[in-house]
Amino acid sequence: MINVDHGTPLLEVRGLTKSFAGVQALRGVDLEIRPGEVHCVLGQNGAGKSTLIKTLAGAHRPDTGEIVWRGETVTLDHPTEALALGIATMYQELDVVDGLSVAENIFLGHEQATAGVYHRRSANRTARELMTRLGHASIAPTREVGSLSPANKQIVSMARALSHDIRLIIMDEPSAVLDSEEVKNLFRVVRELTAQGIAVVYISHRLEEIREIGDRITVLKDGASVASGLEVADTPTHELIRLMTGRSVENVFPASPGVPSGADVVLEVNDLSLPGVFSDVSFQVRAGEIVGLAGLVGSGRSEILETVYGARKADGGTVRVAGKTLPRASVTAAVEAGIGLSPEERKSQGLLLDEPIYRNVTLSSFQRFAKLSVLDERRERALAREQIDALELRPADPDRRTGTLSGGNQQKIMLARWLVHGTKVLLLDEPTRGVDVGARAEIYALIRRLADAGTAIVVVSSEIEEVLGLADRVLVVAEGSVLATVDADAITEHGVLDLVMKGSAA
Amino acid sequence: MSVQEKVDAKGGATENNDRNVLSKVFGGSVGRNLGLVIALALLVVVGAVTAGDRFTNVDNFLTIVRYASVIGVISIGITFVIIAGGIDLSVGSVMGLSTVVASLTAVQAAATQSSWLLMVVVALAVGALAGLINGIVIAYGKVVSFMATLAMLVGARGLAELFSERRTLIVSNRDFLAFFRSDLLGVPILIWMFAVVAVLGWFLLNRTTFGRRTVAIGGNMEAARLAGVKVNRHLVWLYVLSGATAGIAAVMMMGRTTVGTSTHGLLYELDAIAAVVVGGTLLVGGRGTIVGTIFGVLIFSTLTNVFTQNNLSTSVQAVVKGVIIVIAVLLQQRFAARPGGRGGRSKKRNTTPQLDSAAQQQSA
Repeated sequence: MINVDHGTPLLEVRGLTKSFAGVQALRGVDLEIRPGEVHCVLGQNGAGKSTLIKTLAGAHRPDTGEIVWRGETVTLDHPTEALALGIATMYQELDVVDGLSVAENIFLGHEQATAGVYHRRSANRTARELMTRLGHASIAPTREVGSLSPANKQIVSMARALSHDIRLIIMDEPSAVLDSEEVKNLFRVVRELTAQGIAVVYISHRLEEIREIGDRITVLKDGASVASGLEVADTPTHELIRLMTGRSVENVFPASPGVPSGADVVLEVNDLSLPGVFSDVSFQVRAGEIVGLAGLVGSGRSEILETVYGARKADGGTVRVAGKTLPRASVTAAVEAGIGLSPEERKSQGLLLDEPIYRNVTLSSFQRFAKLSVLDERRERALAREQIDALELRPADPDRRTGTLSGGNQQKIMLARWLVHGTKVLLLDEPTRGVDVGARAEIYALIRRLADAGTAIVVVSSEIEEVLGLADRVLVVAEGSVLATVDADAITEHGVLDLVMKGSAA
Repeated sequence: MSVQEKVDAKGGATENNDRNVLSKVFGGSVGRNLGLVIALALLVVVGAVTAGDRFTNVDNFLTIVRYASVIGVISIGITFVIIAGGIDLSVGSVMGLSTVVASLTAVQAAATQSSWLLMVVVALAVGALAGLINGIVIAYGKVVSFMATLAMLVGARGLAELFSERRTLIVSNRDFLAFFRSDLLGVPILIWMFAVVAVLGWFLLNRTTFGRRTVAIGGNMEAARLAGVKVNRHLVWLYVLSGATAGIAAVMMMGRTTVGTSTHGLLYELDAIAAVVVGGTLLVGGRGTIVGTIFGVLIFSTLTNVFTQNNLSTSVQAVVKGVIIVIAVLLQQRFAARPGGRGGRSKKRNTTPQLDSAAQQQSA
């Protein structure tokens, strides 16, 4: 499959270490990249992937270890040095400037200019060529980047990398912001790059993606490479999980005991509509039931959750919690009635990253513990500690700053918030986004436990498998309407996609 | 990722860790404001060396604090707004307007009939009302706070000129003047007022649901909203608070100068913002302290005093002020970057230095 010169690797990294303020982020990483391959780097949050990338990008200087580029030992003291060698990096947070045009973004930092006057025409021409090479000729070089979708911004970022003469491109979780259709396009672009002999370092949490696109894999655990240069084709998934987590994860999804037939309907949504997004959505969730919304990005699934929660103003329809109708567009009323939302973007919509854990846990309920508006922080801490123990949150310190926690633990804080609040209905939007494989199973088990304790739960995920695995019942959503309501065990991922395709065609 | 794993030695011990008293003191707001303490101490030393006994006597220290008290009260109000991620540029004008309205002939006449407290109530009401308008325009009109309060700055100043017909209104109410010019235990009443506002402000920020909401909104407004915090209502209250402190400052100013005029409080908004920022509050919101603001105010008023004692011009003073603001902010960024500083930004600084320095400067 790999048809390249095995003699001289493009990049070799040996025994790389790096520590920050006494914390060892890398403790010995070996990595070998061959020209024209897709090399996946796999690891849980905190395994050292980001540090490794930044070291290769010239943003961090390693403490010890060697970086060999095309047979020569190099030091990378600055990002421009890495770029000069031919190493480009696409960071997870897209580093494009919204107010500039596509062409201006591509040549940002190395504008072609004479005496400070920018060569607009030639820049636009080159930009057009690059975008065509990436299969996006339809995006005009003069278009303002702010008007592009995240997927297209990523293409611009990639075009910027290609505007330098590069041989290696590092992509940090490029698929995190993409839906499945866009991921396909990304893969097409990656294949074209490798066909031209450019090597790609591909970072992702999603094992199925790595199976599809990767040639070889290096696995990081606790800052060290535990396996280097494994052939993707020869390595079974359970082996990868074992390497990443140090244990094997089986039966990821907990079994559902089934919803008792006499359980009360807790959440009742009738003919809910949001103009231009979805219309006439009706469903019920009983106590102890997990209902999943399955559909593609843009189907309106997140918007449905947000509207039920009152974060968006419905045009028509009603939401009832335990028989009581909620006023429209009032998050406060929804929270008081016992609905909780764990939003899609945990960091930007869910958490106060600068604040300690306990204040995030009590963010929806601190007013209840206050006497005459005076806070009872002792009680808040005690409650947070209870949740930390119950949910096995790490580190188990209520005063730890939330931003330092891993994705899985941050998700647990969101769950803890609603547990402390005593929520009857929990709306979970992408509960495992940015959560690594090992921690996912824990989150799934936690969600199931909440349901078993009588909480009514609605789950939205872009991973259909996750919805099917977690839910008792699934609503298939496409283009803003519910196509079908089925038992989760009565449908497969293919079945869902079939329905969605048919729905779109109709 | 694990850059910040190091134990939070200083920042972790915020207001209320159950550690021993010593670490409570040094780990608390005083410890975090150590740089400010040092700066203030240096200024005092400079004052003592250059001006000798003229500087180092109790009366002069009281003068410094008395001078700081009006701007201090305003700064405490504005600290809340800035922690919540907003800005209030109108405080100086609103204070001017409050002094004018409270010293109108009609108001003074009514106060003579009833009580001098009427003037205080009027000044506070004017300030709170201006704040209410700011808050409603910002929270429900979705106008950015900079523009909304800039409009109020211009408008309130104009209104003050209209009401006063551009004349200086003399405060003639004897009881009013007697109260605000009195001493309690040898300390001027203005200082007492500043102290009371400061203590109440500290309590409000650190111990009440109001303070928690303020920090939450400044830290992540969307997260606060989705957690059920009534963000819009709280924003209105924040600007009412800021306006009301401008009203309190107005009566203090009338007491100190014995006049109400539309030129009172000119450029006070900038002095207040400078004091708040020098005191360590982030302009982007989410983090700040009342103690820091008090230090910021004291540093500037001590500076003014040292310069005056040495007969240096206000122009030189302005230049030095500018330099101090820049140095203070630069130092803060260095110290905030230490592990243990509770800064989210500090973490990002360590991992992506080149990207983040720009964001830091914006916040400064």
